[in-house]
Amino acid sequence: MSTAEIVSRAQQLFEDLNFTYAREWKAAAPGRKVVGFMPVYVPREMIWAAGALPLGIFGGGDELEVIHGDAYYQSYICRIPRSTIELGVSNRLDFVDGMLFPFVCDVIRNLSGIWKIMFPNVYSKFFDTPQNYQSSIGGNYYVQELHELREGLEKMAGRKITDDDLRRSIADYNENRKAVREVYDFRIEQPWKAPAWEVYLLMRAGMVLPPDEHTKMLRDYVAAARDEDRPIRDNCRIVVTGSFCEQPPLNLVKSIEMAGCYVVDDDYMLVNRWLMTDVPTEGDPLVNLSEAFIKHSVETACKYVDKEEVKGQFLVESVRRSKAEGVIFAAPSFCDPALLDRPMLQHRLTENNIPFIAFKYAENSGQMQPIREQAGTFADSIKLWSEQQ
Amino acid sequence: MSAKETVKEPSMLKQKEMIARNYDAITSAKETGRKVSSTFVPGNLNELVMSFGILNNLPEINAIQNGMRKASGPMIMDAEKRGHSEDVCTYVKADIGMMARGNIAPNGKPMPDPDVLLLSYTGCFTFMKWFELLREEYKCPTLMLHVPYEGDGHMTKNMVDYVVKQLKEVIIPGLEEVSGVKFDIDRLREYMRNSAKAEDDLVWVLETGKLKPSPIDAYFGGVYYIGPMFTAFRGTEDAVEYYKLLRKEIQYRVDNKLGPITPDGEMKDQKYRLVVEGPPNWTHFREFWKMFYDEGAVVVASTYTKVGGTYDQGFRHDETRPLESLAEYCLSCYTNRNLPDRIGMMERYINEYEADGLLTNSIKSCNSFSAGQLLMMREIERRTGKPGAFIETDLVDPRYFSAANVKNRLESYFQMIDQKRKGAKSAA
Repeated sequence: MSTAEIVSRAQQLFEDLNFTYAREWKAAAPGRKVVGFMPVYVPREMIWAAGALPLGIFGGGDELEVIHGDAYYQSYICRIPRSTIELGVSNRLDFVDGMLFPFVCDVIRNLSGIWKIMFPNVYSKFFDTPQNYQSSIGGNYYVQELHELREGLEKMAGRKITDDDLRRSIADYNENRKAVREVYDFRIEQPWKAPAWEVYLLMRAGMVLPPDEHTKMLRDYVAAARDEDRPIRDNCRIVVTGSFCEQPPLNLVKSIEMAGCYVVDDDYMLVNRWLMTDVPTEGDPLVNLSEAFIKHSVETACKYVDKEEVKGQFLVESVRRSKAEGVIFAAPSFCDPALLDRPMLQHRLTENNIPFIAFKYAENSGQMQPIREQAGTFADSIKLWSEQQ
Repeated sequence: MSAKETVKEPSMLKQKEMIARNYDAITSAKETGRKVSSTFVPGNLNELVMSFGILNNLPEINAIQNGMRKASGPMIMDAEKRGHSEDVCTYVKADIGMMARGNIAPNGKPMPDPDVLLLSYTGCFTFMKWFELLREEYKCPTLMLHVPYEGDGHMTKNMVDYVVKQLKEVIIPGLEEVSGVKFDIDRLREYMRNSAKAEDDLVWVLETGKLKPSPIDAYFGGVYYIGPMFTAFRGTEDAVEYYKLLRKEIQYRVDNKLGPITPDGEMKDQKYRLVVEGPPNWTHFREFWKMFYDEGAVVVASTYTKVGGTYDQGFRHDETRPLESLAEYCLSCYTNRNLPDRIGMMERYINEYEADGLLTNSIKSCNSFSAGQLLMMREIERRTGKPGAFIETDLVDPRYFSAANVKNRLESYFQMIDQKRKGAKSAA
């Protein structure tokens, strides 16, 4: 299969706001359930172990006309909650049996309460994760939260979730995370062969496909992309950060690259890469998931960093590992986590002589010219500086 | 007394003196050798902090002080020039701008750098980033107390255990190290005993809003009533005395069927009884309040007065189980409760305080309060049959207070209440 065919399938899944794939998956066997989740991170292993399909709800993008959703939010609140409500009230999520709202910010947190009121027959839960990263404190708390989640999912699914179910699910996601890392590593190695928008769509497909099917898609893509001959452009290499919740429109992802920037790392759909190592499949699966979260999860604005000297190092490391020449801060308007975090990350980049620019977007931003100009100027300036050095 | 002179009761004067004394203690900490913590209002651990002899400085209160003195606008713009987004909380930017201008306290003296940032993370995401930002500036120890959100509308044993464990293994050892003082649980119990006494009196005061006429304004006046409880004084003898004094004053008004005291004197004509959701605007506090009492609108209950503790829902600091009680206090603060719970509280206020409706003051800076308020308002209208209204302002950014817009909306709202009453009468 060619990259074009694989990407075309991923794009179909991305554009389908009726979630036909998930509906069909559910209908294909009796007893199947679908559990929606919002950014940034939920342990999808738990959902999959319950025989349910984890379905990432990442807003409505730029194709969804928000008619009802705007009546729920003031103008100074970001767009993702209003388009998510639109998806709900327009019955696009009427097949979803549960919704998880993870710890991201106060807007998503409060949306969990709105969901309880508006959709009282759906199992909905605010899923809190610890901000204390000691195994004996935050880790123990998280294990108990996972027990509660397990009980809730069992009730929703009408079946027990055994430890072996969880171990199998963990193994599926370990494999999936490996495949995700392979795609990112391949892009670092040959970014001209893995354009940002293609990688974006591949990762987005993981929000609706079961893990094994997504893993296969990713591996097929890397195999096909390696064999394809694509021209190398005179682009600089950049990391995109700040886009972990409300997603930029696909045109924005494309525009950055068209402006002369190869995206060699990003934080879109971090749930795919939240855990940076394999989760052990031996022993207590909930303890293993907890330990992986506590000790081996990514740094992002939704998390507290307990040491000043560590703050922002994750981004600096990402720049180094991906051999990037600069960083683009692309955050949704009114995004508290990304925008409050940004000055600290920028200071850390400045200390490390890493150039950056910043802009804001909404998931339905339509005008790309200013962003293209800004990113283009940034790319030119990087090239000029690197030539001078 | 001239007509323009602001009316102040003895309790207000006492509070003013307490605040001045605390600022003097903070600004002279270098000379006296006392340690200073910075911490937040919701979920503040004042009794615990005091048990180590540490002074309590609250950046939110500094921002409010600057807002009321009309000083916050330039500070916010300074922070924005330094790279802070126009979209984020203006308390944070006022604080950062204040720092850039020398961190001058209301007494005109510079604040010392804090010895510890006590990040009591309760009900507001921004707190976490705020203290990461301050830590970058002050390079001082930062103690994080993560208080989980009551997403399912109740606290669980796991949540309480988690907070208690953090208190035992992170916060208390951290405060011991900063202060050089060994933790003394009996000292903590003593402060908590005082807290409970003052909490009883505060609840008594807030519940007088049920009377007609209401002897209090539970929003604008309420800000003064909660002052000592929510800030650096809960647990002190001063706070106990303050609430005794306040209770006596309110009792006098109850006995004589008097209305609340406003900056222009006693409010006599109470035409509208409101429940208010959301924090006040601070930059135009007096002007804002006047829009209410000029129209005969009194606030009989508010949610803002529960942001630093939901004492009217039954919580009291309990010296017999001090750490568990501190955990329960943090967990039950208003913005740490889920939306259905918040709606339930407001519905009860509308019914029990016989209010004419719910007014929401939606704050641009504060997603913790604001996200979901439109649904909350509609849900309360549906449940109570009482009309709701929505106005938008900000905490301390004067650019977001449009007096004409707010006044227009309030006047329309009062007309709506009148019409509703006429409709009810003609139906009867």
